[in-house]
Amino acid sequence: MIIKNKTIIDDEWEVLRLAEGETPQSVVVPSGKVIVPLKVWQAQREILLQRSERGVWLASNERAEALQNDLPEFSVIAVDFPRFADGRGYSIAYHLRARMGYRGELRAIGDVLRDQMFYMQRVGFDAFAPRADKDIHAALKSLNDFSLSYQASVDQSAPLFRRVTRGSEQ
Amino acid sequence: MYRYDTFDHRITAERIAQFRNQVRRRLSGELTEDEFRILRLQNGLYMQIHAYMLRIAVPYGLVSAAQMRMFAHIARTYDRGYGHFTTRQNIQFNWVKLQEAPDILADLASVEMHANQTSGNCIRNITSDEYAGVAQDELIDPRPYAEILRQWSTFHPEFGYLPRKFKFAITGATEDRAATAVHDIGLSVLKNAQGEVGFRVRVGGGLGRTPVIGTEICDFVPWQHIITYVESIVRVYNEYGRRDNIYKARIKILVKALGIEEFKRQVEADWQFTKNGPCTITPEELQRVSAYFAAPAYAPFSGENTEIVALQRDSMAFANWMNRNVKAHKVPGYAAVVLTLKKTGIAPGDATAEQMDAAADLAERFSFGELRITHMQNLVLADVKQSDLIALWEAAKTLGMATANAGLLTDIICCPGGDFCTLANARSIPLAKAIAERFDDIDFQHDIGEIELNMSGCINACGHHHIGHIGILGVDKEGTEWNQVSIGGAQGNTASLGKIIGRSFSFAQIPEVIARLLQVYVRERHADERFIDTVRRIGHEPFKDFVYATPVEEDAKLAGAEYALLEKGKGTPYDTPYYSPRF
Repeated sequence: MIIKNKTIIDDEWEVLRLAEGETPQSVVVPSGKVIVPLKVWQAQREILLQRSERGVWLASNERAEALQNDLPEFSVIAVDFPRFADGRGYSIAYHLRARMGYRGELRAIGDVLRDQMFYMQRVGFDAFAPRADKDIHAALKSLNDFSLSYQASVDQSAPLFRRVTRGSEQ
Repeated sequence: MYRYDTFDHRITAERIAQFRNQVRRRLSGELTEDEFRILRLQNGLYMQIHAYMLRIAVPYGLVSAAQMRMFAHIARTYDRGYGHFTTRQNIQFNWVKLQEAPDILADLASVEMHANQTSGNCIRNITSDEYAGVAQDELIDPRPYAEILRQWSTFHPEFGYLPRKFKFAITGATEDRAATAVHDIGLSVLKNAQGEVGFRVRVGGGLGRTPVIGTEICDFVPWQHIITYVESIVRVYNEYGRRDNIYKARIKILVKALGIEEFKRQVEADWQFTKNGPCTITPEELQRVSAYFAAPAYAPFSGENTEIVALQRDSMAFANWMNRNVKAHKVPGYAAVVLTLKKTGIAPGDATAEQMDAAADLAERFSFGELRITHMQNLVLADVKQSDLIALWEAAKTLGMATANAGLLTDIICCPGGDFCTLANARSIPLAKAIAERFDDIDFQHDIGEIELNMSGCINACGHHHIGHIGILGVDKEGTEWNQVSIGGAQGNTASLGKIIGRSFSFAQIPEVIARLLQVYVRERHADERFIDTVRRIGHEPFKDFVYATPVEEDAKLAGAEYALLEKGKGTPYDTPYYSPRF
């Protein structure tokens, strides 16, 4: 199960992670809908292009710009959070959405916990695969932790001071 | 001062609800400590030796009387009757219970305060000049910009999990009183040759394990663009700052590794996407926020106050206080007054609930109901009529906040140290007490003149030891506490980092070491030359030679049982493992 567009749905995709000894060149990508590591996409591009639907994931030390010319090829792009405290994925998502104009599914994978999901949503993630040991229904609620934010990001193109008339008394 | 509107209130309330839920899940075991730790840190909650510590944000150091009274209320209701003002102009409470933390935050919200992002790897409370708005050398009041940046940085979704903590300081005066050179980003508001307002931006300064003076990345960013510009700096840092080694994770390491030119190129490449975009600050927003910082209704100047002149002549104590604790004000007939929290025997920066309430009363009586907290860990009443100075002095004396030592030897910057903090290698508070007792003679202190003595119990440098004219750093040698002494550090326009004079000293040796440093100064100084200037003129060697020339004897009292370290691990967690004047 994953959360997508604030709804819990079945996950049709499999995330491929390289096992020890496997290389991007040699790994056999299973059939079906598979989200492959960026390096596998780069190594097996021609073969993967023969599939009807493709997904790719970026590690936190990889750059959104690596997909600059390939965005239309993917039904889903995922960003991996190796530890929930690794914040690079937020900027990767921001680049994909705000700078590169990616409009497809953007999924957070890895160490994804509910207490980080509100920020993830703001920088453009619309799909979340919470860590397997966590309650996905509880996680869904945290997407509504805040009803407004001060600054602009992917979800709000303008800061609060341009969105509302500030200064009204309590 | 800035007042919350409905939006500020709503965001703050939603944050408290979020944290209350997180605390509930931690207490039920749903959240592991590892998962919870980062969440509580971003809400200001540390785990110390005895209990949780809550660090409350005081944006750019400005508080109202009502807010100060809330600190007193928190001290009484949730703590042990006192609080500790910090070098980041914040206040910390040391004896907080986890289950009560959300209630404290709710109480704070009722007076428009919070503890957001006072810890964790995110953008911390933005500090500023304690004399903002009243200083004679001010070019532009930095507070509206500090508030605009506070809002921008609060819950910024992209920057909640940076490689390491991130600190801004902002000043708008000729003299830098906000230590901007040692911040991740140091901002100076100024006017260019065309009279336009903008920022000189420095980046990559900091203390800690690798102290660095910040480097200028841009000499003028127009004010409209400051959000987008600093956002690009933080974004490049978030993407490329090191995450493999906590000691190399601050932005200063990245700036050094890339070089300022390459770092600037990357920042400006990123900035091109957002410059002139919707995050550009509008004149309306600047005007809205600036209106909160409009000057109060000052009384017209009624001429020199003869009573003050007379009392200065008749009372040495009053003259000393005027000389040290009363600062010039841009408005004729007014002064800014330092209420010192550095009385000998009291932990530097500590105030009791009674003192906080009384300080709030003084603010209402003498200073338009506002106070400032300084990075030197004192309080300031910024708008005092000169004709009220005698009455204020009398009142402050009875509260123990009129020690005439602002900027002198016993105005020590001091971290909580080994009495409270799990990171500390050594005790800071008892050592500050020992030093203050040794040099308590106010005439001696006035003779020594301006000097900054800064103490940190560990390399993280909360006590700013690198920029103390004399710096003391607690170090650990095989489980025992030692202290390294450095000289030649300074804050301000000519900021510099101190250099260690040699091998470290025991707790009981330190007062004598300081006495010897001062003896060299007294011997070598030119007329009207400050300690730091003598160090700069003659170098470290004469000081080092004299300190190490003969064995430094331990102070018998400090080496005795009263100050002895208790053995670690004995007693219950709420016992006091170390001696401190607080216990």
